[in-house]
Amino acid sequence: MTWKEDNWLLRVRNLTKIYGDPGENTLALTGPAFNTNQCPDTDSIVACADISFDLYPGEVLGIVGESGSGKSTVVKMLYFDLEKTGGAAWLKPYNDGCINILEESNQRKRYIRNNLMGMVYQNPRDGLNFGFSSGGNIAEKLIMAGNMHVGNIRGRAYDLLEKTEVPVQRMDDRPGTFSGGMQQRVQISKAIANNPPLLFLDEVTTGLDVSVQARVLDLIRELQNMLGIAMIVVSHDLSVIRMLTDRTIVMKNGRIVESGLTDQILQDPQHAYSQLLVSSLL
Amino acid sequence: MNILEVNDLSKVFNLHILNEKKIEALKQINFAMKEGEIIGLTGKSGSGKSSLMKCIYRTYLASSGEIIYASRAGAIDMATADDHQVIDLRKSEITYCSQFLSVIPRVSAVDVVCENLFRIEKDKEQARETAKGMLEMLGLPTDLWDAFPVTFSGGEQQRINVARAIIARPRFLLIDEPTASLDAKTKDVVIDLISDLKKNGTSVLCISHDEYTLDRLVDRRLHLHLGEINDAAVVEAN
Amino acid sequence: MVENIKFSNKYNFAFIDESTKKEIRRKLLKAVAIPGHQVPYSSPEMPISRGWGTGGLHITLALIGRSDVFKIIDQGSDASVNACNLREFVNAMTGCETTFDTSKATLVQTRHRITEEELNENQIIVFQVPLPEPLRMVERYEYKTLQMHAEADYSKMWVSLYEAYVRYGAIMQGSGYPVMVNGRYIMSPSPIPRWDTPNLHQAKTLFLFGAGREKRLYAVPPYTDVEPLEFEDVNFEIEDFSKSACYKTGFKKAFLDELYADDGSQKYVISDSNFLDKIDSEEETHQYTNKYIDQLEAYDVERG
Repeated sequence: MTWKEDNWLLRVRNLTKIYGDPGENTLALTGPAFNTNQCPDTDSIVACADISFDLYPGEVLGIVGESGSGKSTVVKMLYFDLEKTGGAAWLKPYNDGCINILEESNQRKRYIRNNLMGMVYQNPRDGLNFGFSSGGNIAEKLIMAGNMHVGNIRGRAYDLLEKTEVPVQRMDDRPGTFSGGMQQRVQISKAIANNPPLLFLDEVTTGLDVSVQARVLDLIRELQNMLGIAMIVVSHDLSVIRMLTDRTIVMKNGRIVESGLTDQILQDPQHAYSQLLVSSLL
Repeated sequence: MNILEVNDLSKVFNLHILNEKKIEALKQINFAMKEGEIIGLTGKSGSGKSSLMKCIYRTYLASSGEIIYASRAGAIDMATADDHQVIDLRKSEITYCSQFLSVIPRVSAVDVVCENLFRIEKDKEQARETAKGMLEMLGLPTDLWDAFPVTFSGGEQQRINVARAIIARPRFLLIDEPTASLDAKTKDVVIDLISDLKKNGTSVLCISHDEYTLDRLVDRRLHLHLGEINDAAVVEAN
Repeated sequence: MVENIKFSNKYNFAFIDESTKKEIRRKLLKAVAIPGHQVPYSSPEMPISRGWGTGGLHITLALIGRSDVFKIIDQGSDASVNACNLREFVNAMTGCETTFDTSKATLVQTRHRITEEELNENQIIVFQVPLPEPLRMVERYEYKTLQMHAEADYSKMWVSLYEAYVRYGAIMQGSGYPVMVNGRYIMSPSPIPRWDTPNLHQAKTLFLFGAGREKRLYAVPPYTDVEPLEFEDVNFEIEDFSKSACYKTGFKKAFLDELYADDGSQKYVISDSNFLDKIDSEEETHQYTNKYIDQLEAYDVERG
């Protein structure tokens, strides 16, 4: 299998999110060079701007940066949680990558979310409905993809929970009764329920105990090996990025300051901010 | 045919956070490497051996110059190629084995060794058998096979490191001090294993301080001094 | 204008002024045009409290004409307090004839039941609806339920049915079982028993639903598909009365009310009071049929 340029899975160009009304110079007066996201003229906030990258099938891309750098905003726009201000994204399995998915109707977006993407949030409450059982949460994804057979739904949920090492006898318990690490596992089960080619992971291990964190990371890595699913891993933690990703984008003040192979970013960072980030790695 | 041509390669580290301090690691490096050749890279520590190797592997970005690698799909400049192209080559042709084992935690020794092999050998158990055979040759005690290498001694880690680098028979191998901290017997095993690779067409760039290893293994030597190739010291081996 | 003994003032025919009736009729037309879709309406003040049948009453009064024959039931009974008061009110405000006889009525208002006897093309049945929003139990925000309906995003509803099945081994929704109307909107049929639900499907009659407190109208036009939500392997079922029978008539094939005597003993009686009277006096009746009742009967025969 050799790399071909037009073989991309997800193509993102000039993705931009601005809160408030931007002025003429908003983009010119914000960013890492000015060390601010806020436009001095209009007070609008540039969460991220001009984000462009290609993701290839099975590739794991890291997005690293401090809080407020806009890294979560990028994946939230791609997962349609946030409305974009500008830019475009194309997904190969959706109409052969010919349609800007960010401009699609809500119904089409929901189809894309359910069938072609998965998302694991930092806070399990964002990804799971705590009023439903963990099996019910997985069922939601399966039902949305048109599976209307309770027996099949339960069989698939059982397999997924087993794969993510959640005790299957707790399938009918609500996630509120689970530990934090287990909630993340249920979230991962739900995210991969329809075998999407693309998975977003937004700070998934932040706030977990170190040992629990390690097991969740192991699980993600195993799933990647097993399913060959492409991932975008958002984290402020370079150890997570080092362990999971092939390639990394470094963000600051809503802009990409550097992108490259993960080992290159870690050992030969080019931008001043990346150098600072790497030098802070324990 | 040359598998690698390095032309006017320079590497300068620009440390923005240390008042724009500049460190010149490599200066105008030129050399070519024939397919199937084993080149020994020598020089004092700090002479730029590892920097050169990392530039070729793209862990370091070259500041100027070309690193033309003749891949199966055609010539590629490793200094400027697309990241994805480099990732693809790393998965299919080029393996880098650093001096120190840096592995993903909580993975058993056998699976660490297998990592590259899993890509080409779909039967995982078969791959593990191959890995065990190699670990046995390298004399790693059997009770360590299922343990996590993070806790191993330097010599044990070194064996794991060498085994994982050569097990998938890469087309081009970059290997840093493969025989340091090994006993004489294991050293011979490693040298034999690498020589075996060469017989199968693998080209090897090998950093070593060990005269015995260099004498037995390499076709010729490149000597680096303060980031430059010291032509006077290029010695034809054997 | 209608003069009556009870109120000294004169009122417009059917109490509500003509322009408000017009508004309600327009909203009803819209509701009929989009089967199962909830249409907001003015819900004017009435001389009864909201939540006591004002929605049904609005529709009745907006539609009723001088020649209409009016019947009203409350959980099947023509004689409950709510039914009696509303009947008297409609009669006082219109002078229209009222009846207990289902087959004679042209306009039927009901709370929580459909008549046991099948209604025809010339009849209209108006439901008093307490909670028009079927998604309310899975989504508390109105703006979200509106969006869910607009985009036909009903996954949460389905998951709640899945959860009910997992928890109780069956979908236990006792009344107001959610239905899919015309393959597009999920609708609450108001709290009618599951027994009545299949009778909405491809019916001859126009069904109108009014929720006065919630200010919503909706409709199922005649000959419209109305399907209870079910999974491929977990199906909708109606109440099974084959093990019990009406204590007065011995009749089994009708929706039965459970009665408890002072000594705690339990007995059943036909819920629809007019139907009970007709069975009791052996008059001719024309009951609804549907596949669920057929299945139960077949099962009953099998069991002996």
